[in-house]
Amino acid sequence: MTPELAVSILMAVVATSTPLLIAALGELVVEKAGVLNLGVEGMMLIGAVTAFIVASATGVPSLGVLAAALAAALSSMVFGYLTLTLTANQVATGLALTIFGTGVSALLGASFVGITTGTLGLVFPANLATDPILRILFGHSPLVYFSLLMTLGVWWFLSKSRAGLILRAVGESDSSAHSIGYRVIGVRYLAVLFGGAMAGIAGSYYSLVLTPMWAERLTAGRGWIAIALVVFAAWRPGRLLLGAYLFGAVITFELQAKAAGWSFLAPEVLTSLPYLATILVLALISSRRASARLAAPACLAKPFRASA
Amino acid sequence: MALVLQPRREPSKAMVWAAPVIAVLATLIVGALLFTALGYDGFGAVNAIFIQPLLNSNRWQDLLVKAAPLTLIATGLAVGFRANVWNIGAEGQYVFGALAATGIALLTLDMQGLWILPAMVVAGVLGGMVYASVPAFLRVRLGVNEILSSLMLNYVAVQLLFYLMRGPWRDPMGFGFPQTAMFSLDQTLPRVIPGTLIHLGVPVALAAALTMWFLMARTLAGFQVRVVGAAPQAARFAGFRETRVVWMSFLIGGGLAGMAGTFEVSGPFGQMVPTFPVGYGFTAIIVAFLGRLHPLGIVAAALVLALTYVGGESAQTTVGLPAAAVGVFQAMLLFFLLGSDILVRYRLVRKGAPPARALPVTASPATRAVPGAAE
Repeated sequence: MTPELAVSILMAVVATSTPLLIAALGELVVEKAGVLNLGVEGMMLIGAVTAFIVASATGVPSLGVLAAALAAALSSMVFGYLTLTLTANQVATGLALTIFGTGVSALLGASFVGITTGTLGLVFPANLATDPILRILFGHSPLVYFSLLMTLGVWWFLSKSRAGLILRAVGESDSSAHSIGYRVIGVRYLAVLFGGAMAGIAGSYYSLVLTPMWAERLTAGRGWIAIALVVFAAWRPGRLLLGAYLFGAVITFELQAKAAGWSFLAPEVLTSLPYLATILVLALISSRRASARLAAPACLAKPFRASA
Repeated sequence: MALVLQPRREPSKAMVWAAPVIAVLATLIVGALLFTALGYDGFGAVNAIFIQPLLNSNRWQDLLVKAAPLTLIATGLAVGFRANVWNIGAEGQYVFGALAATGIALLTLDMQGLWILPAMVVAGVLGGMVYASVPAFLRVRLGVNEILSSLMLNYVAVQLLFYLMRGPWRDPMGFGFPQTAMFSLDQTLPRVIPGTLIHLGVPVALAAALTMWFLMARTLAGFQVRVVGAAPQAARFAGFRETRVVWMSFLIGGGLAGMAGTFEVSGPFGQMVPTFPVGYGFTAIIVAFLGRLHPLGIVAAALVLALTYVGGESAQTTVGLPAAAVGVFQAMLLFFLLGSDILVRYRLVRKGAPPARALPVTASPATRAVPGAAE
């Protein structure tokens, strides 16, 4: 394998892993606060279509990313209001959000199918990234550096900061957190908002960097893989990074094998690989039953309503 | 006048059934406003989707034909949802069951006999069960979250369908179109009312719902499902095995989804095509909740959701509403239902009104159960 080929494969893995990592980091914080939002896929689609529309209208892709974060965060507030204020079932509400996001994105994006727009450029000057090795360091989309910084940030926030400690307390024991004066619902709203914004940014990565165009169901179930990654990572940001890059590698293999026209594996088998890999990984990680179960926040998906 | 939520002394039975009606009405009003804001004829859209199919008696048969698979699938899913077993893979089980039935059909294309259709139904039900047993096994033996595993398998089933249509099962006389040969007369679901589209699947779906009503209300197995969902601790003390309930939920859900798939492929479709999955497996989740996880409620809810399919189709031509609008209406329906469910356990009172004389309802394991599930 030539260095050029190795570098381009590595770059592809980084590219496909990044949206998974961003969305999963958001969901990790949400779940750490004791909320299970299964609407990641829907929020990603809302983000993807919003980013594309705003980037097309303004000609400024970075505005598209910002709009994606806002739109998806807004949609996460529907979930937040129903589950946190009205104590609706989180599983059902998350599914509703995914159905909603799928429909709304298809509706809004109908007139944008098949057209192109400006894509999100590189963050460093192009002449820095001519050498293969330098390309690995400087040749990525700004969102790649964002995802790595956020991994570090989320790790620091959860394990080192006081606010992160409160968030974890809310997720581990809502009634204790409430009785010592923390606003459980308020903390959870903020977590859900963060998760929404991250899912939106992850979605924008598909329509402005990876593909870059808009099509119905553009994210193709990657939002669900992001949720699975959180379980795989046992709710730890470091392992999330590992997991996201593992799945990025699987997806890269799928795309490369299709592009190379390998005939011994049907394209349908290749398309199924990330989904099958998700199930396999969940089976492996869950079979160490006790550890997987202990890692989950104790109040995950349980509704809370202050009784006094 | 500020309104606040106050816990009820006990969950309101009336509200359990009022909430779906509130949800439908809210969807009509907010839907009309939303689509007007988006630049469509919002009121025309609501009229075309939810009102016109009811007024036009020619469309009633379409409603029944669309409601049949939704009823079958939702009836099966409701068993699991009551027990907090989240089978989100009905779409895949529906496809896999239909593929199993198609396999029998392709083997028996040159044969004749009344046994062929029943064999296809058996294969379809078994196919759905086999596909559903994957997440059941993973959950029971390895503790894998069934939401994620069953959902992932939806994508895999659709890819399997694409593969079979593109290659092995493609009709050699079909001019290269990726679809199977047309099914023979003995492989086609008979019509129960001649001259209409109403096929045997319609009365069977109704019978399945009635049977499930009886099983859930009158048998020990049904009781176990309800107890495991509503009070897991009590179920453990009573010696009800959770694994049994998980298996039961998935096998019933998968079996009925497979049956629905068989009826669709041997009825309205008459052959297998790549566009076979139309989201019934996901819509049935909404049907199950809107029907309060109660078999009879599900029949009514299936008719409401069938409206969105039938009316949504005609709204595309009459008011130029995109097909995707149907999904938005369906999701809004579920949002409003989940929101109005709080009225089952709380009531709206004026601020400062005296509280109900009872202990407030606090979060307990029971509230993890689906809110407002009708007994």
